[in-house]
Amino acid sequence: MDLALFERKSEYEWHIRPFGKMHVPGVIFASETLLREMDAKVYEQVTNVAMLPGIVGASWAMPDAHWGYGFPIGGVAAFNADAGGVVSAGGVGFDISCGVRTLHTGLHIDDINAVKIRLADALYHTIPAGMGSTGAIRLDAAGMDAMLKGGARWAVEHGYGNAADLERIEEGGCMSGADPAQVSDQAKKRQRDEMGTLGSGNHYLEVQLVTEVYAPEIASAFDVKEGDVVVSIHCGSRGLGHQIGTEFLKRMVLAAPGYGIELPDRELACAPINSPVGNDYLGAMRAAINCALANRQVLTHLTRQVFEKVLPQARLPLLYDVSHNTCKVEEHTVDGKKRKLYVHRKGATRAFGPGHHDLPKALRDFGQPVLIGGSMGTASYILAGTEQGMQLAYGSACHGAGRAMSRHQALRNWSGRKVVDDLEGHGILIRSPSMRGVAEEAPGAYKDVSAVVDAADQAGLARKVARVVPLICIKG
Amino acid sequence: MADTAHWEHFPHQADVGVRGHGETLEQAFEQAALALTAVITDPETVAPNEVIQLSCMSPDPELLLVDWLNSLIYEMVTRSMLFSKFEVRLENNHLSANAWGEKLEVARHHPAVEIKGATYTSLKVAQLPDGSWLAQCVVDV
Repeated sequence: MDLALFERKSEYEWHIRPFGKMHVPGVIFASETLLREMDAKVYEQVTNVAMLPGIVGASWAMPDAHWGYGFPIGGVAAFNADAGGVVSAGGVGFDISCGVRTLHTGLHIDDINAVKIRLADALYHTIPAGMGSTGAIRLDAAGMDAMLKGGARWAVEHGYGNAADLERIEEGGCMSGADPAQVSDQAKKRQRDEMGTLGSGNHYLEVQLVTEVYAPEIASAFDVKEGDVVVSIHCGSRGLGHQIGTEFLKRMVLAAPGYGIELPDRELACAPINSPVGNDYLGAMRAAINCALANRQVLTHLTRQVFEKVLPQARLPLLYDVSHNTCKVEEHTVDGKKRKLYVHRKGATRAFGPGHHDLPKALRDFGQPVLIGGSMGTASYILAGTEQGMQLAYGSACHGAGRAMSRHQALRNWSGRKVVDDLEGHGILIRSPSMRGVAEEAPGAYKDVSAVVDAADQAGLARKVARVVPLICIKG
Repeated sequence: MADTAHWEHFPHQADVGVRGHGETLEQAFEQAALALTAVITDPETVAPNEVIQLSCMSPDPELLLVDWLNSLIYEMVTRSMLFSKFEVRLENNHLSANAWGEKLEVARHHPAVEIKGATYTSLKVAQLPDGSWLAQCVVDV
């Protein structure tokens, strides 16, 4: 990226002054190095988003931003419904409510070492992963609708996990306003065999070790300390969310001209929040959020079952569950006034600061846990939302490392078998049905997650709390 | 005229681009579908044992390409099948097709990744100066 395109507001904040049809500035949070290496498409997409009707504040991009679909991945944009604001299927993405949750185990690294292989194999055999894998749950029409309405709460009511889990999930585990009637039969059919499955691509289940703590007071509130073993699950709304994304993208592309919306790029397909299409999408998208929350809850239950067999002394309470492809109604301060906004986060994590009412009591004084996934060979991070972040980008932070190269290139550079062997040499056990999939997800194909997290921390978006490294990785 | 019909992938930072070339628009669509299968597995390993019919409609050829690929993604997931042979008929932006394939077998096909959807990114359906056709877009994996 050409740095001359930006006005540098601070070391980690780069502004694009509005030009042409832009309603608000574009803002990218990044170090100079990250920005220089960022795809020039991010600039184009950030400025395109700034042209959408009713956008408020700025069109933001997080330090891990890369070329997405209309919106950059790592993009954040908020809209005011009363000012003609829009909701965009592309601004949420195909994998609606894809996210990460982290579970404690109460175990120390010493407890794991002796049974690591057994644990890896047991998790691999229990967690359905990869294309063609199926879950054990079959929902009839009424059951599907109840799941889409209830989210993780539905899962807990059906014996997957416990009530204590719910307060550690955004929206208390149940997204209100979900409308299963707006979810097509095709989307529901696509989900039929996929409840409780991990998926593929960058999705994973990892057993991880806490190797470093940066903010002891917050870490203590999060109950995380060096040497602890935790489990993280990264996956989304499965086929149901993908189908909703697909269908509404087309509906919005076709409807936009009728609403007088000029799209600089078809992928920016959107509809006014106050319109039939916008309203239908919100109902369907919220149902997909619940699907993702229920799915991660079922996977949590399966994980607990495995630990019960292999390490019966373990207890796996939920630290927190974040979603990073969503559009949510939130209250933020605009020009000194509180306003209700529709905040799109595409490949960006909600990162509410201390005191926010959506946070559970035990965490409220410390900020929301922000869980950042790395690649399977490197590290992941736990951060906490900050008050400053609430002002900077309406309580948003990065979501992961972001790819440094295409799958195509990764396949040329690595063999899956060798990646698995090399990582085993470093004490990381990989279990996956596809060696090609492993090669495409090789650690070297990803950017340095530490640089991304440092930029988020330094920019003030969220505060670095702890670093974790993988011990076992189940990959789809 | 161009060489015989063929497909290829083109790089996208997070995902994969699928591109079909053909002497006709129909052929380009068929080749783009092969490129789609190749995101998941080597199409050579997929036996064309079973045939299914599908159809879709869109206001223009580009949206139709996305619809076509999304229909295939839907059939792959809901039937747990992979496809390796296609016959596309086009008339006034209405597509009807036969797709031949077989049930997905993880141990044999080693699916690299499942595809979430075909997108409008780098979407292009065009006739090239030599008269051949190109059909391409990025798919989200």
